[in-house]
Amino acid sequence: MSGRASGVGVGLIRKIRSAGRVAEPAGDRGERLPQAAGLAGSVQVRHVDAGSCNGCEIEIGQAFSPVYDIERYGVRLVASPRHADVLTVTGPVTVNMASALRKAYEAMPEPRLVVAIGDCAKDCGVFAGGHGVAGPVSDVVPVDAQVPGCPPEPDAIVAALRGLTGR
Amino acid sequence: MTPWLVAVAQAALLALAAPLVVGVTRAVPARLAGRAGGRIAQPWRDLCKQLRKQPTSPADASMFFVAAPAVMMATSLIVAATGPFIAATSLFGGADLIVVVGLLLLGTVALALAGLDTGTAFGGMGASRAMVIAALVEPTLLLAVFALSFRVGSTDLSRIVAAGATEPARVFTPASLLAAAALAIATLAETGRIPVDNPATHLELTMVHEAMVLEYSGRDLALVEWAAALRLSILLGLLANLFAPWGVATSLDPMWLAVGAAVFIGKVCGLAALLSAGEVWTAKLRLFRVPELLAGSFFLGLLAVLASAILA
Ligand code: SF4
Repeated sequence: MSGRASGVGVGLIRKIRSAGRVAEPAGDRGERLPQAAGLAGSVQVRHVDAGSCNGCEIEIGQAFSPVYDIERYGVRLVASPRHADVLTVTGPVTVNMASALRKAYEAMPEPRLVVAIGDCAKDCGVFAGGHGVAGPVSDVVPVDAQVPGCPPEPDAIVAALRGLTGR
Repeated sequence: MTPWLVAVAQAALLALAAPLVVGVTRAVPARLAGRAGGRIAQPWRDLCKQLRKQPTSPADASMFFVAAPAVMMATSLIVAATGPFIAATSLFGGADLIVVVGLLLLGTVALALAGLDTGTAFGGMGASRAMVIAALVEPTLLLAVFALSFRVGSTDLSRIVAAGATEPARVFTPASLLAAAALAIATLAETGRIPVDNPATHLELTMVHEAMVLEYSGRDLALVEWAAALRLSILLGLLANLFAPWGVATSLDPMWLAVGAAVFIGKVCGLAALLSAGEVWTAKLRLFRVPELLAGSFFLGLLAVLASAILA
């Protein structure tokens, strides 16, 4: 191994030891959803951006980061709607994304749940009345839970998804 | 205890422990990244939930898609039952090296056909990549173990492991280290770990194993994931038992079998932790560099065989 490469390896060990645990202690769990009882502590999430400004995506990314560490409650992001139990949707549904969102929902095996994240997903938020906007998420697919906020804090997203895993 | 009972117990033990081994490979990097991480038993929760869900099937899929999870699971279970994991007694000749590699390849090919069968772009892409990797990995698997079987005079895995446990000086030479390195690289590739494939990726363009299973859901997905976990435990177990055969039961005495089972679980979990900690330091190789890595491991295996043949 060259000197630089081994330096990187040792530096990483030092960084791992100095960082220690960065995950913060958990806040409160969200309200337990009765529809999610069958999931028994395991929730696979597929995310669909139906037209958001990406502010909500940054917060979702934070919820899965080491600091908020939602994976410790049994939530995992997956690559295919076929693997998912829960669809998280952000943004007002734009005209072009409406059919894609519907298809993603239909590709999920039963039982399936939808969580609308952000004010836009709830009532189109700041984009209400825009010419490319088809409507809020509940106009396209049935919504089981909402996370309000523009954007919602990672804590709120973690709490809502913990309401699904029940942990 | 009769050999049949031992085989069933071995398969059950591996099937039960395999998801926990996957849990270990997720928990170790999570801790190193400063996360609290999921529980070790989380993969079991995921499997139980998926087993309760309705599977869906793509409109154009045929029997290949439906059959692949069962074929993968069945071949893995046969290897788990007959292989030299907790007991190395050649009472049934099922654990021949060539049979084991062939059975594992059968599962790989079944999944690749299923990936093609879905008719999606990613399924076909994953299948072609998996075949490229399999074509380079299987010869290495064979060669690496041949380096040991040369010394023992048999390709029966149980006999190789038993010989290694009772008379290590006859089986192991310095060349065995080369063979161990070759088998370790082949194991990484065969089980879809970094640097060949990334099991945690969400980018379809970089997927190999995941791309083939994108269309599976519910019960079928659970079987595919369970079989994949089983293959990881099988290959790690083979690696551990072939090159560090200490603690393997060489008789069918229940006490020794219990010790063998405990030592085996310890070895596999240790290897899994080592493997996943190593992944923190490595990045995935660009796909076009993967054949270079695998050719390198093949060469190591070849050197090991030549060396042990000459030293024999
Ligand atoms: S709720 Fe706010 S942050 Fe989220 S997509 Fe709408 S405008 Fe952006």
